[in-house]
Amino acid sequence: MAVVFEKPHALTDVPMHYCPGCTHGIIHRLVAEVIDELGIEGRTIGIAPVGCSVMAYDYFNCDMIEAAHGRAPAVATGVKRADPDKHIVFTYQGDGDLASIGMAETVHAAARNENITIIFVNNAIYGMTGGQMAPTSLPGQVTQTSPYGRDVNHCGYPIRVCEMLSELEGATYLERVTVNNVANIRKAKKAIKKAFQNQIDGKGFSLVEVVSTCPTNWGLTPKDALTWLEENMLPYYPLGVYKDKTAEEDAK
Amino acid sequence: MAEKVLMKGNEAIAEAAICAGCRHYFGYPITPQTEIAAYMAKKMPKIGGCFLQAESEVAAINMVYGVSATGKRVMTSSSSPGISLKAEGLSYMAGADLPALVVNVQRGGPGLGGIQPSQSDYFQATRGGGHGDYRMIVLAPASVQEMASLTVKGFDLADKYRMTAMILADGTMGQMMEPVSLDFPEPEKVEKPWATNGTDMAREHNIVNSLFLQPDALERTNFERYERYAYIEQHEAMWEEYRMEDAEICVTAFGIASRVAKNAINEARKQGIKVGMIRPITLWPFPVAPFKAAADKVKSFISVELSMGQMIEDIKLATECKKPVYLCNRAGGIIPSPDEVLAAIVKANENGGDL
Amino acid sequence: MSQTQFLFSGFGGQGILFAGKFLAYKGMMEDRQVSWLPSYGPEMRGGTASCSVILSDEPVGSPIVTRPDVLVAMNLPSLDKFESAVAPGGIIFVDSTLVERKVQRTDVTTYYIPATKMAADNNLGNLANMIIVGKLLSVLGEYDADSIATTLGKVISARKANLLDVNRTALQLGADFE
Repeated sequence: MAVVFEKPHALTDVPMHYCPGCTHGIIHRLVAEVIDELGIEGRTIGIAPVGCSVMAYDYFNCDMIEAAHGRAPAVATGVKRADPDKHIVFTYQGDGDLASIGMAETVHAAARNENITIIFVNNAIYGMTGGQMAPTSLPGQVTQTSPYGRDVNHCGYPIRVCEMLSELEGATYLERVTVNNVANIRKAKKAIKKAFQNQIDGKGFSLVEVVSTCPTNWGLTPKDALTWLEENMLPYYPLGVYKDKTAEEDAK
Repeated sequence: MAEKVLMKGNEAIAEAAICAGCRHYFGYPITPQTEIAAYMAKKMPKIGGCFLQAESEVAAINMVYGVSATGKRVMTSSSSPGISLKAEGLSYMAGADLPALVVNVQRGGPGLGGIQPSQSDYFQATRGGGHGDYRMIVLAPASVQEMASLTVKGFDLADKYRMTAMILADGTMGQMMEPVSLDFPEPEKVEKPWATNGTDMAREHNIVNSLFLQPDALERTNFERYERYAYIEQHEAMWEEYRMEDAEICVTAFGIASRVAKNAINEARKQGIKVGMIRPITLWPFPVAPFKAAADKVKSFISVELSMGQMIEDIKLATECKKPVYLCNRAGGIIPSPDEVLAAIVKANENGGDL
Repeated sequence: MSQTQFLFSGFGGQGILFAGKFLAYKGMMEDRQVSWLPSYGPEMRGGTASCSVILSDEPVGSPIVTRPDVLVAMNLPSLDKFESAVAPGGIIFVDSTLVERKVQRTDVTTYYIPATKMAADNNLGNLANMIIVGKLLSVLGEYDADSIATTLGKVISARKANLLDVNRTALQLGADFE
């Protein structure tokens, strides 16, 4: 019988702990499919963050390292520099990890054009700790630590990571995607594949921001969460390519 | 034997690290240890190594974490305030059982403190520095030669026991020049089957991790780790005894303080005072055995420290408070003079052992 | 047991640390125990600089020179600061171009060398430090052309080999100064 659907080899058999409707599962699968298709599992080292995806090290079949909160780009830098010719290194980080406590590590890895791949999952909330305000929580968004809605006069504005990093000379490739429907999931995979291919080709720092949902902490059903993402997240975080030095080079 | 060269302590550490096979260094500038980074920046590119100035101490220790996870020898160095920033990474490395060499060329504290030599990070170093139950091997060089040889030793111990080894020096040791021989044997190849350097599709994936959500699993790793620590306490303590044969007063000092103390002891001996010294070379494991033995012989101990008195607690623990332990100290970046130490020895002698 | 403790002091930029390093190297080449310890900190960025050098036949204890047998003072603040510290019977070398006052101590031997002027007159740039070292070595009876040449070869990198001759000239000038 022909196999029409199977789990990517780069994913283990460990059952994932993610909540129903959470988009982490889709993004994990996309990363794993890309690793399979590029044939790089044997030389890939993934760096898991602190946050909901903290146990990503159990889900990917390649070698995995658990980093301290926000430090994944620094750890990835070490792993990459340890054997630049062999190691393919990716970090998988949430918004609190990457854009709050680890902002310095993110910015400087980009500034160095560190030849690594970052998968940045932005769901505008701290999931693992139970729904606190994130650096990407939207103005007015109600969370456990912004119970009256995010007051920008009190705690400032959410950060658009791709736009911010696009100002850096170092960064090679920055794209924002989402996984709210089949068409966008395909585009997301294409972006993730490019981010890995860039590393294989020695092109440098590639970050794919995936706008995601958190039904549990948003207090919505999975379906309503996708609608909320479309109506609230995407207007503030427009999809698209924010920087692509490889395209600029190709154009020349 | 290789020709001796005159080198700064900081440079001796850097060169010895290279001799030990270290090809990755990450750091952030801070006085008084910047020569280590400068030396590495010059040397590493020429020998196929990697020097990278990190954006922060926090990033530097995490880069160390990354290289160490792949199984290669790696180091960072800093001075007191920077070590506080690295404490997070040190705890994670302990939790993930990763080897590395960390150098602390101490300066006065707390806070920004000063830039002159100090030994006031003793507690921080010997108690681990960061959060959680863990230890680091702490080596305290007292000469430029030891800055080099203990660096090599530190890498070996770190690999052997899968833990961080720290060189706890001070501004004086880092800045002074003495003749040093860098004639070290080729480092032995250490197998690291746990390393995350790519499965090559030939083995199960490795995971480097310090997270254990099940308390019983976490407890088990802690107990296992402490069995290893107990073994290290039994087998790796190092110390030097100086004129202890007939000593009635035992001076204790490490690093630069031990150099000053030697002058004072020699002067006191000229005055007929029976005084000697136990110099701990490993601060963790603390050399308990010689102190236990001395506690039955001497009248009192004098702890000479460049701090408000930190090692003195370990002396009291090691001797089970059998004899008085006095403190002769300066702080804030000031080194006690031989005269000050001599005065403490004379006073202890006159009072039958009491200061 | 023979041990001599030296303290070199002056402004940053006068080559104070280098003068000490030269002496320490010379000691090492002669198989003596040596240590060299600079003051460090703000003085590295201008202001006063000093360094402790110990030459000994026994292992060196504290590398910090608090009671020098030999003091080199290349400016007034240095003489003011360290004159009283010199061991009784010690020797003080003063750069008399820059230090106008005389040494007050009567229990020490003092040599006044107009080193900065001598360096300028002889086109030796800022080698006043080595002129004084030359004098120091001759006073201590340790001026030995061979040993000096070998030591200079060690402390001056091959890249700066053009500096060998001027340093040798400066040392000789100091040694010959009466």
